[in-house]
Amino acid sequence: MSGGEFHGKPLLQVEHLRKYYPFTKGVLLAKTLGQVKAVDDVSFAIEAGETLGLVGESGCGKTTTSKLILNLEEPSDGRVLLHGKPIHGLAGAALREYRARVQAVFQDPWSSLNPRMTIGRTIAESLIVTGWGNRAAIAERVGELLDQVGLRRDQITQYPHEFSGGQRQRIALASALASQPQLIVLDEPVSALDVSIRAQMMNLLKDIQARSNVAYLLVAHDLATVRHMADYTAVMYLGKIVEYGPTQALFDNVTHPYTKALFSAVLPPRPDRREEEIVLAGEVPSPLNPPSGCRFHTRCPFAMAQCSREEPPLRELAPGHLAACHLLTA
Amino acid sequence: MSIPASASPKPATETLRPAIPALAWIPRLLRGRSRRRRVPWIPICIIVVMVSMALFAPLLAPYSPIDQTLRDKLIPPFWVAGGGVDHILGTDAFGRDMLSRLIYGARVSLIVAALALTAGGGVGLVIGIVSGYFGGAVDNALMRLVDAAFTFPAILFALLLAVTMGQGLGTLVLAISLLLWASFARVIRGEVLSLKQRDFVALAKVRGCSSARIMLTHILPNVLNTFMVLVTLNIGVVIIAEASLSFLGAGIPPPTPTWGLMVSDGRGRIAEAWWVSLIPGIAITLLVLSVNVFGDWLRDRLDPRLRQL
Amino acid sequence: MTDANGDIVLDVRELQTHFFLRRGIVKAVDGVSFSLRRGEVLGLVGESGCGKSLTALSLMRLLPKGGARTIHGQVLLNGDDILTRTPREMREIRGREISMILQDPQTSLNPVFTIGDQLREAIFRRSRARHRDLMREAIDALRRVDISAPEQRIGQFPHQMSGGMKQRVVGAIAISGHPQVLIADEPTTALDVTIQLQYLKLLKRLQQETGMAILFITHDFGVVARMCDRVAVMYAGRIVECGPVAEVFDNPSHPYTQALIASVPKMTGSTARLYTIEGQPPSLMDLPVGCRFAARCPHAEERCESAYPPSFTVGAAHTADCWRMTAR
Repeated sequence: MSGGEFHGKPLLQVEHLRKYYPFTKGVLLAKTLGQVKAVDDVSFAIEAGETLGLVGESGCGKTTTSKLILNLEEPSDGRVLLHGKPIHGLAGAALREYRARVQAVFQDPWSSLNPRMTIGRTIAESLIVTGWGNRAAIAERVGELLDQVGLRRDQITQYPHEFSGGQRQRIALASALASQPQLIVLDEPVSALDVSIRAQMMNLLKDIQARSNVAYLLVAHDLATVRHMADYTAVMYLGKIVEYGPTQALFDNVTHPYTKALFSAVLPPRPDRREEEIVLAGEVPSPLNPPSGCRFHTRCPFAMAQCSREEPPLRELAPGHLAACHLLTA
Repeated sequence: MSIPASASPKPATETLRPAIPALAWIPRLLRGRSRRRRVPWIPICIIVVMVSMALFAPLLAPYSPIDQTLRDKLIPPFWVAGGGVDHILGTDAFGRDMLSRLIYGARVSLIVAALALTAGGGVGLVIGIVSGYFGGAVDNALMRLVDAAFTFPAILFALLLAVTMGQGLGTLVLAISLLLWASFARVIRGEVLSLKQRDFVALAKVRGCSSARIMLTHILPNVLNTFMVLVTLNIGVVIIAEASLSFLGAGIPPPTPTWGLMVSDGRGRIAEAWWVSLIPGIAITLLVLSVNVFGDWLRDRLDPRLRQL
Repeated sequence: MTDANGDIVLDVRELQTHFFLRRGIVKAVDGVSFSLRRGEVLGLVGESGCGKSLTALSLMRLLPKGGARTIHGQVLLNGDDILTRTPREMREIRGREISMILQDPQTSLNPVFTIGDQLREAIFRRSRARHRDLMREAIDALRRVDISAPEQRIGQFPHQMSGGMKQRVVGAIAISGHPQVLIADEPTTALDVTIQLQYLKLLKRLQQETGMAILFITHDFGVVARMCDRVAVMYAGRIVECGPVAEVFDNPSHPYTQALIASVPKMTGSTARLYTIEGQPPSLMDLPVGCRFAARCPHAEERCESAYPPSFTVGAAHTADCWRMTAR
């Protein structure tokens, strides 16, 4: 499900994706006590050149989803398709092909770079692995990438510790761009950066997207960031998508109670803007034992009797804008 | 440059702990009054001297280490009555010059140390990386092997080897390597486990690296620091192991001088001819102490977070 | 917001904390002055490296070992300069009159003791109460920070609790001594947004109940808008703007404040390019003579580089250290 029509097959399709982690106890005879349902029936699609924002708090499953898309984990059920072809179970050349097309930038700039490698070598990694060209060609390409992200070519021989956090994220971005990917998974790319540096990074990401038509899967917890960068937004809670739609439409007409709470928790950068504040009671339930029916019903200020019995399906309330809530049909 | 905001006070710098408490004045000497990085010059000098002895033995030794001159037996060192400048450190029961034997003995000790550390350390390094990186069944299996190695009585095993395979350099190196590899493997595995959590490892996979490539180009360079520190800290262990095994008669067979053997030779005559055992004993102590102090310094220099080693 | 008409409970004057390294002197906190009234929440905003956390540590006299020293200034807690106190006296003051909450709830609690033990230790330090009273007081303390089922929680270990709950326990420990001043160093940065809101409301409520003053350190303007009565903006070791929150947001006077507010993505308005600040903050070892923001300021003039601007009044109780303010 992607907003509007797509011309032919979308770039990335996620269909009923599930990832359950077994929860075991005991050392010798490990007994499976249950499943941690990290991702539980998630579906969406991303078109070429588009950005999908995946929003949610810790434990919602957005990071697991991104790991599944990056082929760092195998799904328990469901599938992920790139250009219509399943991505899991690939090996050899097909897997390498996939890796060239789908790249990632992670949250922590201090952990994303190998401290013992020059940044030139780090950026060139995907080129070296595929035997893309000879030394000279690779060096030239690395130079181009450094230009693209706003670093100097002569820094190619420097080590990560010589750079600031913002610069490291740019190096990480350059490394992701090396193989000319069609999709980049951005997992909280700016949340570890200073406020003024975040702006630089976000501008850069948008520039690169405009230039190369790369698609982004932006995993973030900050709604304002998502608003600035994403064409579509999906809100996740305890492994499920609770609301989805074109960013502007969703932001203008927040529907699902959880999304409402999330939005009201976003502190306005102005002291007089005081919208109705929804403070959620209690803690996020454990994904080991998610509540019955609608997963949000234990904390939802509008919960009805039906909510604890039946899980609400995603229903369209406006073209392309869906939400999973019984209130829609009440 | 900006200071990273640190919210908790850093722990006070550790004091050097000497291997033998009585010689605690050595580390105090090295600490120095200023805040300069206290390079341990004395241990370094000692190490350099001993390595030179090993390398240039034929040039330095005044006599042959194995020539027996029974006429000259049991001459004390020059500062004791009866000694002289002919044999500065005296002679042993067979009239062999102590200084020459000490010099040639350094060669054996260091060669054994180098070989054993390469073999044992190398194997431990590889196993540690493979075990830590793959985890799961592979890790379980290898760590059980490591546990077994730890519970096995090493010295006995070495003696067993010596009896079945015959004494010699190869047997000795093998025995000591078997002592070493398990502790290397365990420590390196710990490092790798925490390294694996770092994003750049996952990102390497995303960029298309195979497991082998990741272990070689990403994991290995980042554990080398730990490995080097382990090597320096274990030189002492190896030298003492060699000395012990030679002492027990499971090491290099006579007449090749090794420090352990020399200590053993003087066993029966500690009262009258104390220098035969004591002088090589002091040499062993000095070398091990120097290497330990140097290893501590190197560890702190390279990465204070390795303090638990 | 809160009634902040009380007396000045904390008065910081020209505080300077420098790091004395071999390579040079890092002037991390270089002349910081502000005052905090009873019942008031003052926000201290800035990016990493501006010196805000170090200011907090200087106030608590908990500087990291390794060359950091407070070399100048006064910290008057109820009129009494705590910089002159002995370490023993400081230990009595910490926790009782001035207390601190840190960012990471993981490292603030000892993982091998139950939270009950840690709470009781804190309470005991203050009141020397008997054992059975301690238990009761600890349970009360948990209840005050909105932890449900405190009788069960009291026996739990930190790892059995979520981040938000841990941070509440940390808060309970911090206020157990009824401090007059609470320093909160980015307490919600590691928490989820909805948990953050819960926590901030809690903090506000506690503050209103006890009347304590809070120095709230953060990089997030949204938090400042929600929590603080006044805000001070820090840059390169000094406060460049200070005033009531509404004032500063409506009328940001220092170019750095303006740039910072402009570069934050908003929930309304255009989603086109964000404003960015060129360049880098100056090295704290090699600070310029004049205004420290001059090199990056779009309005910089000659006088900005030759002398450091004094504090100009730009509104009611609102000051900014910028030469351009002389016109007002």
